[in-house]
This record gives sequence, structure tokens and C-alpha cells, in this order.
Amino acid sequence: MSYLKKSPWILHYDASSCNGCDIEVLACLTPLYDVERFGIINTGNPKHADIFVITGGINEQSSVVVKNIYDQIPSPKVVVAVGICAATGGVFRECYNIKGGVNTTIPVDVYVPGCAARPESIIDGIVAALSILEEKRKAMKKGETPL
Amino acid sequence: MGREIVIPFGPQHPVLPEPIHLDLVLEDEMVKEAIPSIGYIHRGLEKLVEKRDFKNYVYIAERICGICSFIHSVSYCQGIENIMEITIPDRAAYLRVIWSEYSRLHSHLLWLGLFADAMGFENLFMTAWRLREHMLNDMEETTGGRVIQGSCKVGGVRCDISNDKLASMSAGLTAIEPELSEMAGVFLEDETIDMRTRGVGVLSKDSAWDLGAVGPVARGSGIALDARMTGYGAYEHLDFSPVVISGGDCYARCRVRVEELFTSLDLIGQAITMMPDGDIEVPVRGNPSGEFFSRTEQPRGEVVHYIRGNGTKNLLRHRVRTPTTANIPGLVQMLAGCELANVPVIVLSIDPCIGCAER
Repeated sequence: MSYLKKSPWILHYDASSCNGCDIEVLACLTPLYDVERFGIINTGNPKHADIFVITGGINEQSSVVVKNIYDQIPSPKVVVAVGICAATGGVFRECYNIKGGVNTTIPVDVYVPGCAARPESIIDGIVAALSILEEKRKAMKKGETPL
Repeated sequence: MGREIVIPFGPQHPVLPEPIHLDLVLEDEMVKEAIPSIGYIHRGLEKLVEKRDFKNYVYIAERICGICSFIHSVSYCQGIENIMEITIPDRAAYLRVIWSEYSRLHSHLLWLGLFADAMGFENLFMTAWRLREHMLNDMEETTGGRVIQGSCKVGGVRCDISNDKLASMSAGLTAIEPELSEMAGVFLEDETIDMRTRGVGVLSKDSAWDLGAVGPVARGSGIALDARMTGYGAYEHLDFSPVVISGGDCYARCRVRVEELFTSLDLIGQAITMMPDGDIEVPVRGNPSGEFFSRTEQPRGEVVHYIRGNGTKNLLRHRVRTPTTANIPGLVQMLAGCELANVPVIVLSIDPCIGCAER
């Protein structure tokens, strides 16, 4: 973690999750798991965020919101899809209102497995996202355009 | 007379863990009207009953919501068991009560934390969630899952809790009770919290009744409405009386939930003491034919599962009336006439669970 120069802030949005993963994302921020030790805090403002943590599959109405939030986050940014619903639609993939995983709407960098995803796996996912964020930042400094 | 403006609140908002959208019609700082619109997390899972075996559908029913998960699976199983005239073993009924009350404890602690956060009281938020981990640990040790348990099945429960483990759970809860009391004292007596919640978002007893409020919203407005009083499952053998507070403001609703923490601790204690020995499940043969309304009490209020089967392995219809849906008309009334700065506290005071409400 020594290469980490900035404190990455996360923005969490529930695309159509059952809440299971959402409350586990919040649990990561509270004393037992405490991701603030990595300098991570949960913000509600897309302009403050570096990591977009998204739970649940995409449905007809949430896809616009997800796209909007994604576009508002400044580059470099990383998307972490938490839970199997965010990966593929999960147990709900055959529901009439579910389009599929988050990658149907925006590019995803890290997938976190689980139903509901455990806080330990979410932290693993976010730590993986931190190194991707750092690579993207370096790429941007060289003048390249990261995804 | 000020100018009228409309402020959109949500779907993505710092105070909302889940998306709901409110159009707030303001006159200066005063909210004249709140118009809710939903649909951001609608999945359409009720229709999955046509594709899933009724026994496997328990897992889908449990995933209606990750906070009230266990009680959703209990309500669904109870409905199927009533249609098929299955009597579950006593031990299973008591185990269901224990896990249901653990769910209520973790859900109320979660809400208390979020409520404190909505008021900007971050330390209290962290305290509530730290205590909540104790409940989640017990859930995980007994079922394997922290928030989605999967331990309820048609005909009983999937896993047993040994009597030794029950004793240690009981001891653990007794040990944590002083910490809960200390936190409860802050919620009920702290002057800052009092100023933020007392007299804010008032819902009178008559309005609560007319608008069909349920759960802590109804009980905070002085209505003794609790589905546990119907004595479903093992509740009929337990000594239980609902927490009813008059006042109808955010403070009253907070007080209901704080006091219910201790009711739940008491119910778990009683269930552990009275726990009968025996089987935890009965075999289920055949398919359900008929219909049933299954009522249970969730942390947010009464939930109704309507189930209709026609003798095949797939049900014809599964319909859920969730407590948040019932409480939204009350919320709209509470918001009318409040100040814009109080909107987050009032919205949270009904403990909105959009995952349930939209399914």
C-alpha cells in the first residue's frame, strides 16, 4: 500500500440490490472492518469520488441514473461491482425488469463475488481497485486516456 | 408569501442508502408537498414463482430484502405450510423466533446508526453498528450467513442450534445488554437528539390509522398494532406486549425502536429457556393447492405474503405487501409543512426499506 499517495473516496449506489450487499458495504465503513484506515470514506457527491461501488443488477429505470453518476465522477475512476447481482443479475437475472449485470451499462474494473458479498471480500475488491486506480492515474499523467 | 420551487431529493442522495425519489415542493424553507416516485430497484421477483419450484422459491423470497431477509422467508414458508396443512416441529418454531428476533435486533441497530448519521452524530452511528456486529456474529455462527441466512425452509428449519450454543448466545446477549442500555440512554436522553427529533414530523394517531401506517410508525403514534400479538409461530407461548408510545414525532418512533431492542432480547431469552427438544423439520410431500394470507411482524412493521397455488410445483401468484409501502402515505403527510433541513431525519424515521417496497 506504500504507493498510495491519495485517499480514495467511494460513492455507493444501489442499482437494484436487495440491500444485503448495501448494508455489507456500509459495514465495511464501521468499526469492525473500518476501511477508513486506507483513507477511504463514503461520499454522496460524485464529484468527490474516485471509486464507484455499485450493488445489484441494472434495471430499466436505474440504468440512466448509473450512467449519470458514472459520467459525473472525474477521471481516473474505478468501478467495483459488489455481489453476484452486480456481476450477472444473480438470482434475479430471469426477472422481467432486470437487464443484467453492471457491465451492461458502464465498464467494470473489479467484480466482488458473494450473495450477500462479505465485508472481507468487499475490502479485497476495493484494495484491488486501489492499484487499478493508481495505474490509471499514472497512465493519465503520461497523457494516455484510461478507460 | 414566498416563491414556490421544486427540489428533487434522490434517487442518489448522501442520506439515502437506497434510491427513492421525492419531489419537494417548497415555499422558502417550508416543504408544502412531497411527491414520491419509485421504481429504481424494482426487479419483478414475484413473477419468478412461475419459473421456480415452490420449495426453492424460499431463497428468492428471502432476497426480497437483505435486512428483513429471515422474516420474509418465515412469512413465505408459513403461508405454504398453512395451505398444505403442515405442522412444523416446536423446536423449529422456537428457532424461527430466535432468528427473527436477532434480525429485528440487527435491523433496529442498523436503523439507529443511520438515524444518528442523518443527524450528523457520527460517533453514535459507529457505536450502533459496532454493537450490531455482535448480532451478526451470532447469526453467522448459527446459520452460516451474516445478512442472508437461508436457514428457513418449508416444513421447518435447515439447521439446528445446539443447546450449548443456545446457552452461550444467551450469555453473550446478557453481557452486551449494558452496552445497549448505555447507547439507548444517548438516543433517549441526549439534548441534541431531543432537539432534532422532538415535535418533528408529527403523525397523529387518527392520521396514522386512516393512512394505514404499520409497525414502529403506528406504534409511535399510539396505536397498539403488532402482528406478533396474533401469536404466529411460537409467539403464542411467549410473554409479549408491544411497545406503544404516544407522540407521533420522530422522537416517539426512535423510542419505539430503542425499547424494542430490549423486548427482542427478552423474547430471545424466553425462547432459549423454553426451547423444546426434538426434530427441526418434517418431510414435505405434494404441492400446495389453495390460497393463504400470511402475516408476520418485520422490523419495519407488518408484512403480508399472499400465496396461491394450484397443485403444481409452481405457484400461481405470490404477492407481498411490505411495511414501507404502507408507511409511505404517512411519510408524505409528515413531510408536508416541515423545514427542508428536517427532510432527511423525517424520511429516515419511517425506516424506509425500498428493497422490500419495490421488490
